[in-house]
Amino acid sequence: MRITQGTFSFLPDFTDEEIAAQIRYCMDRGWAMNIEFTDDIHPRNTYWEMWGLPMFDVDDPATVMYELNECRKAYPNCYIRLSAYDNRKGWESLRLSFIVHRPTDDDPGIRLERTEGWSRTQRYKLYPYATDKPQGERYR
Amino acid sequence: MNEVKARSEKERYKPGVIPYKEMGYWRPEYEPADTDLIACFRITPQEGVDPEEAAAAVAGESSTATWTVVWTDRLTDYDRYRGKCYHIEPVPGKENQYFAYIAYDIDLFEPGSVVNCAASIIGNVFGFKPLKALRLEDIRFPEAYVRTFDGPPTGIVIERERLDKFGRPLLGATVKPKLGLSARNYGRVVYEALKGGLDFTKDDENINSQPFMHWRDRWLYVMEAVNKAQAMTGEVKGHYLNVTAATMEEMYERAEFAKELGSVIIMIDLVIGWTAIQSMAKWCRKNDMILHLHRAGHSTYTRQKDHGVSFRVIAKWARLAGVDHVHAGTVVGKLEGDPYTVRGFYDVLREDFVPKNLQHGIFFDQPWGSLRKVMPVASGGIHAGQMHQLLHYLGEDVVLQFGGGTIGHPMGIAAGATANRVALEAMIKARNEGKDIMAEGPEILEKAAKHCLPLRQALETWKDVTFDYASTDTPDFVPTATPV
Repeated sequence: MRITQGTFSFLPDFTDEEIAAQIRYCMDRGWAMNIEFTDDIHPRNTYWEMWGLPMFDVDDPATVMYELNECRKAYPNCYIRLSAYDNRKGWESLRLSFIVHRPTDDDPGIRLERTEGWSRTQRYKLYPYATDKPQGERYR
Repeated sequence: MNEVKARSEKERYKPGVIPYKEMGYWRPEYEPADTDLIACFRITPQEGVDPEEAAAAVAGESSTATWTVVWTDRLTDYDRYRGKCYHIEPVPGKENQYFAYIAYDIDLFEPGSVVNCAASIIGNVFGFKPLKALRLEDIRFPEAYVRTFDGPPTGIVIERERLDKFGRPLLGATVKPKLGLSARNYGRVVYEALKGGLDFTKDDENINSQPFMHWRDRWLYVMEAVNKAQAMTGEVKGHYLNVTAATMEEMYERAEFAKELGSVIIMIDLVIGWTAIQSMAKWCRKNDMILHLHRAGHSTYTRQKDHGVSFRVIAKWARLAGVDHVHAGTVVGKLEGDPYTVRGFYDVLREDFVPKNLQHGIFFDQPWGSLRKVMPVASGGIHAGQMHQLLHYLGEDVVLQFGGGTIGHPMGIAAGATANRVALEAMIKARNEGKDIMAEGPEILEKAAKHCLPLRQALETWKDVTFDYASTDTPDFVPTATPV
């Protein structure tokens, strides 16, 4: 299955040129780019690992693309996402966040576990199959 | 204070009936204080009634006045408590209609209570005989008053963080048919739509607990569908469970069960009233729940331009009362919505400060303090083929709800959802790349459809559907003519 988190997951994977165009858009608005990676695609896994610090003072998309490619080389077996942070008052959060690298085209997906409760209620648990293995050994 | 009295105090308080204008409610010299609430009314006086007298009557009847002089006024600091009409002007292009600006002292209002504000300003005056018609156009709430409210429990930014969805409008759909489905069948629609790519599905305004589907059954099947769709996509999903019920006790019971089942969002209808809305807002704040408000019933008083309450006032009250979503128009869909007027509503809900903009129907600067932002919802007769227009008119902080435009897809509900999601992401991508989406929109959609069969089918099915009717609720100040 395809994990569809992020802004552009329903489109074909972006080329580097297409990624750079999105970075340009974000930089023109003064947003800081950030690269993160993970091999746990649980939807509530908020804190992906950071590839260095957010790039606050960078105004050339090529710099971000260089870092992205370094991250891809180091973590080919992880999902990598690029996000844009807007620090202005009243927002102070992400403005864009999209997946730019996938370890596989066909993720094993997520198991839905149910624990039966009273009166047909269920307690649901989402369990990414890949997390059967320890961190760092998934998607190999 | 630079007070100009129409009569001496002794004359003013002689028992009997005197014109409102001479009772201190017509005050052209008055300069509103920063802490005053200011209301702009559109008044249509009866034949032969002096518009200044009519405006003074509105000021009087929405504050301290009654039809005759009462000596007990003199036990109070009466000048402070009087509503003061300080300005009237003719409505451009209309016979015998006037905008009347009335200032109210902040102490006339209970802190943090929308219902008190509503009872004060629209409670008594709308049936007043000397007026043929009356419309409340806008209210300027001073920041000191705004800060007495908690506002939206979640707000746009925190909602996006909780859902982990950024940079694009959210996508929703109302389950159809809105009446008659059993809970089991209803959940099927929810599952297909969420799995196909929507972020939210929604109960409609009149889905509560009917003989064909009791609320508990709906809650259980819907949450099964939501969780299964989350597992199938890796995304956070939600369904607005409509907790609207006959009593607060029943609403709390339904909200509690939604929480227990892990829903991220619940829903209420505007017809429950401001007190119930504020109660549910407090409950949602306490329970980390997003609150969706369906503006059921609003067109009965917002649509006609000469009588009622403008939706921009309803939008402001909703933000103060504290909802996270409110339906605010689509521009291009099947329901009323002039582009400029709708833009005014969206600004009221989403901006930190809304400057006066008569072309958008905004009569005053409106500061919002640190109140969170409300996500507007566009719903009713919209489809994937309009994606460029929707993004252009409504921006990206909006929920686009395609009910028929998802469920009516020839290849099924999931295909309909996928078509909408692909169209949306393609349009965002193109916009961010600097494309002129209004000019190139159809081309962008065609191109995206090449790799997405459901989008191709959606574009083919709804290509000729438009709702091209003149709007009723249009701004009075326009640089160029729009249909009136």
